[in-house]
Amino acid sequence: MLLHELLLFEALQEGLEEEMERDPRVCVMGEDVGHYGGSYKVTKGLATKYGDLRVLDTPIAENSFTGMAIGAAMTGLRPIVEGMNMGFLLLAFNQISNNCGMLHYTSGGQFTIPVVIRGPGGVGRQLGAEHSQRLESYFQSIPGIQMVACSTPYNAKGLMKAAIRSENPVILFEHVLLYNLKERIPDEEYVLSLEEAEMVRPGEHVTILTYSRMRYHVMQAAKTLVNKGYDPEVIDIRSLKPFDLHTIGNSVKKTHRVLIVEECMRTGGIGASLTAAISENFHDYLDSPIVCLSSQDVPTPYAGTLEEWTVVQPAQIVAAVEQLCR
Amino acid sequence: MSSAFSAIKIIQPLPLKSSRSSDKPLFDPFRTPSSFLGSIHKFRFNSLNNTPSSPCHLRRSAVVAVSDVVKEKKLKSNSSLSNLLMTKEEGLEVYEDLILGRYFEDMCAQMYYRGKMFGFVHLYNGQEAVSTGFIKLLKKEDSVISTYRDHVHALSKGVPARAVMSELFGKTTGCCRGQGGSMHMFSKEHNVLGGFAFIGEGIPVATGAAFTSKYRREVLKEEGCDHVTLAFFGDGTCNNGQFFECLNMAALWKLPIIFVVENNLWAIGMSHLRATSDPEIWKKGPAFGMPGVHVDGMDVLKVREVAKEAIGRARRGEGPTLVECETYRFRGHSLADPDELRDPAEKAHYAARDPITAFKKYMIENKLANEAELKAIEKKIEEVVEEAVEFADASPHPGRSQLLENVFADPKGFGIGPDGRYRCEDPKFTQGTAHV
Repeated sequence: MLLHELLLFEALQEGLEEEMERDPRVCVMGEDVGHYGGSYKVTKGLATKYGDLRVLDTPIAENSFTGMAIGAAMTGLRPIVEGMNMGFLLLAFNQISNNCGMLHYTSGGQFTIPVVIRGPGGVGRQLGAEHSQRLESYFQSIPGIQMVACSTPYNAKGLMKAAIRSENPVILFEHVLLYNLKERIPDEEYVLSLEEAEMVRPGEHVTILTYSRMRYHVMQAAKTLVNKGYDPEVIDIRSLKPFDLHTIGNSVKKTHRVLIVEECMRTGGIGASLTAAISENFHDYLDSPIVCLSSQDVPTPYAGTLEEWTVVQPAQIVAAVEQLCR
Repeated sequence: MSSAFSAIKIIQPLPLKSSRSSDKPLFDPFRTPSSFLGSIHKFRFNSLNNTPSSPCHLRRSAVVAVSDVVKEKKLKSNSSLSNLLMTKEEGLEVYEDLILGRYFEDMCAQMYYRGKMFGFVHLYNGQEAVSTGFIKLLKKEDSVISTYRDHVHALSKGVPARAVMSELFGKTTGCCRGQGGSMHMFSKEHNVLGGFAFIGEGIPVATGAAFTSKYRREVLKEEGCDHVTLAFFGDGTCNNGQFFECLNMAALWKLPIIFVVENNLWAIGMSHLRATSDPEIWKKGPAFGMPGVHVDGMDVLKVREVAKEAIGRARRGEGPTLVECETYRFRGHSLADPDELRDPAEKAHYAARDPITAFKKYMIENKLANEAELKAIEKKIEEVVEEAVEFADASPHPGRSQLLENVFADPKGFGIGPDGRYRCEDPKFTQGTAHV
């Protein structure tokens, strides 16, 4: 199999460009996606190649340009909306909740909304509270949307392509600190499934469910755990809504212990929903209560030391596994 | 005479009672009614002293940015007084649409009080001239986006009365399978893109539909694509951010859209004057670089003339227009609104300007139709509306299995179940719930 090496943001761009090449209805809208090339360079060079209308630099009006993308999707286009930072999409909540999620239903199935809403989120390096948000927990209740989180160049490209091809509205969560990850990915075209989770490391003792950047904290903790004699199974859930209950269920049935490691805040986060879903579906298979490690319920502080304590660190993951497997 | 205004005489082609007397500061307490001459709309009959050198906008030149094309066309066609504004055929079509809107809404009120429809129902009585005036000029491929007061927009665009009535009754034969309701009328076939409950949220969607039209022409190279989008909304919406954001984007990219403000002076119980720093909404168009036009929204002919210009502009790729239609709703905000705040004198004033009465009179006086022909139309529509009710009554309620349909266009979005199959593949799925 022929491979080529690239960084995560380049993988996203590759996926995007392949889809734009394949289908002329695919277009991009967002702030600074065109001439500037995107604040994280995901759309670099695309405006030169495809023109200013197809890679549209919007004014700073998130709610309206997201709504515009929805109207365009209803009338036949396939827009990708970029939130310069995911947090800015809070301004578009009206459109995402009411129109993106609901219009297929309230129109009795007449109109489809094949939009992709994507952008960088998560806790970065001292970006301050407002630029460090995790919107997956806010959007997860909206009926009618799907949510996926990418974590490697391989799954970034595959999920980008899948999201664009999907007839459903999909929110693709990228992470500010993962854009420069390097990986060798196949030359041959591939598309991943939006609904499937990814087995990162098979194991026997405990199921660790995670997504996005926390995957790397988990894998770091896994190294320590392996040295201590543990055999953790690590699954990157990837699909935040809906959950892949098959992959997750099979793992729970095998290990009987679940640890969720997420960057969402504790209250109402993805982990909370996941805990409920696992309890409901696989209660009989659990030997102990599900443990959920989430970020602290605080606005992310600017100070580096405080910021570090806001998110889950590998040491905490190790301690939690040790506790769980006692 | 120095004042530019005295040179312009407005001749009302419709024999209405005096519409605005200066002692009635209904919607403009600070200015005399003649300030609305700031709008470009003079009639074709107005052939008197209208020369290019007496444009009313000189009085407030900074504010009225009116397309020169529109002005010139108006001035050129001042040729003859016998230049009627429409043919008999057009007149009958317009009359039928006005009557359909009125009778349908009246029937809705009846049905609501009989317990056949529920929730929030917002009726359009009194505003028919705006819907008919604009929408009857559109092609099937053009799009219409409205707010919660959307029944008549859907009807004017061609959605069958029975489909709308069924939707209101919550039946499966409704245009949205009973899933949308009064505030969410959609039709893919007729390009009615909603029906929105939150004011303002439809305007970006309309902007998107217009964007697609431009995209198809310029990116997909569909040479003939000149589809136009109409966004209808009220005076209350004009203080909402999405309105301004979309005016900006539409003008910036010259999108083929017309923003139609149905200014009926009231947002539930909030008077337009109490909510808006500068109540003249048409002025906000030029601030964003598009023409702003004010028109008497109780007069279907005037609305139609303005609409023709605005739609023509959009089709030619010249960009958006903001049209403020001064209109009035004869009923309360919704069927649940006791409508106690509005001055009875104000209501009477507008009731006297009922667009249907006026147009009927115009048709007869200009010999476009006789009483019998108009009565025949009224009877026909009565039957259409009654048939719609019968149809809706006879239609089935949605079954349990319909609950989860249409949540996703691709039901794989419900995810993979514990057994490894997509949940939507399980025949029992429709009996369950849709949580993850």
